[in-house]
Amino acid sequence: MSKENKNFFADQDIQIILGTLLRVGVIASMAVVFTGGVVYLFLNHSEVVDYSKFDAGRSGFSSLEAIFKGLKTMNGGAIIQFGVLLLIFTPIARVVFSIFSFLIERDYLYVVIGLFVLCIILISLSNKLAG
Amino acid sequence: MFGDSIFAAMSVLLFTIIVLLGAFLAGLLGSLTGLGGGVIIIPLLTLVLGVDLHYAIGASIISVIATSSGSAAAYVKEGITNIRIGMFLEVATTISAIIGAIITVFIDPSYIAITFGLILLFSAVMMVRKKIDRSDNDTSGKLAVFFKLNGTYPTANGVQKYAVHHVLGGFVMMFLAGIISGLLGIGSGALKVIAMDNIMRMPFKVSTTTSNFMMGVTAAASAIVYLHRGQIDPGIAMPVSLGVMLGATVGSKILVRTKTDKLKVIFAVVVTFLAFQMIYNGLTGRL
Repeated sequence: MSKENKNFFADQDIQIILGTLLRVGVIASMAVVFTGGVVYLFLNHSEVVDYSKFDAGRSGFSSLEAIFKGLKTMNGGAIIQFGVLLLIFTPIARVVFSIFSFLIERDYLYVVIGLFVLCIILISLSNKLAG
Repeated sequence: MFGDSIFAAMSVLLFTIIVLLGAFLAGLLGSLTGLGGGVIIIPLLTLVLGVDLHYAIGASIISVIATSSGSAAAYVKEGITNIRIGMFLEVATTISAIIGAIITVFIDPSYIAITFGLILLFSAVMMVRKKIDRSDNDTSGKLAVFFKLNGTYPTANGVQKYAVHHVLGGFVMMFLAGIISGLLGIGSGALKVIAMDNIMRMPFKVSTTTSNFMMGVTAAASAIVYLHRGQIDPGIAMPVSLGVMLGATVGSKILVRTKTDKLKVIFAVVVTFLAFQMIYNGLTGRL
């Protein structure tokens, strides 16, 4: 059996797991956003909205700490933002998984490339770039 | 502005329902025409509902992550997506998407609106233009071999091999696509297609699915910057992401048994109209 064949089968398994990971991530995050939306609408439905001017501090849920704090009080907006976070982390989890799969395949070049992409995203997560 | 008058007295409930319906339509048409939901949702929020462009961009990027991850899940299982090409080009798109997301607040909203309009026009042209598949299995460059980018994909006639060309050119084009994505909160699929189909000369099926596969990570990179900046508001992100996702799901179900040629032409006209609206509002400083 040639090396190419072996890789092909390994790739197929990886692709099926990757696909499942993405699907579960999207469904879970959308379910959380929906739940948060129900809570948010139930409590705030009659408020008047005004999004005509951008105000950075308006929602109050613009950091991980603030979102988790809001979750404890079952704030609808915080639950929605938590769902948004899950959604953002879905493709990032995909990158992490890909790195492991390249490691199993001993494709070290792509382990390095994957780690590089992950580092870029982690720098973005460090909350120094928003300006 | 016309939008401001109805917007002034709108309740959360009414706003949510309108955005939900609009986002559903955006997701449906976006998936049927392959253009994505962002190009409609941003004009809807800004031009019709008077939402600030920064909020619209934040909400749109969330819908990009949702739809691209959702459809990538289906494609990746079929074995068409080239994961190595995706990962390799993500180096370019994640860096540039973050750069785009950082500079977007320092640029006058008028210029962003005009840029958005121009990208809309370009996307409309790309959508109706006849595509020519230029993929082959000729010898590719050294870079493509070194990065193991050449691949295979399943077709009706068995597994087909293809070679990837002009890796550096494709990488640079992807960098540009990433900046536009981060700047405007869209997937910028039209630019990615240029990079993959025309420059790297990948087969259609592979380029479409791989570009879609990359879009999620690219959008996530800039979404984090938007989130920290407060551009992602739960009250807008909720109806936008749910609506676009529902629309895209329904769209992908009916796509297999619908001829989209006519729809694409109609949609191109609508998008062109929206493009001129965005440019006009940008020029007159209304956004």
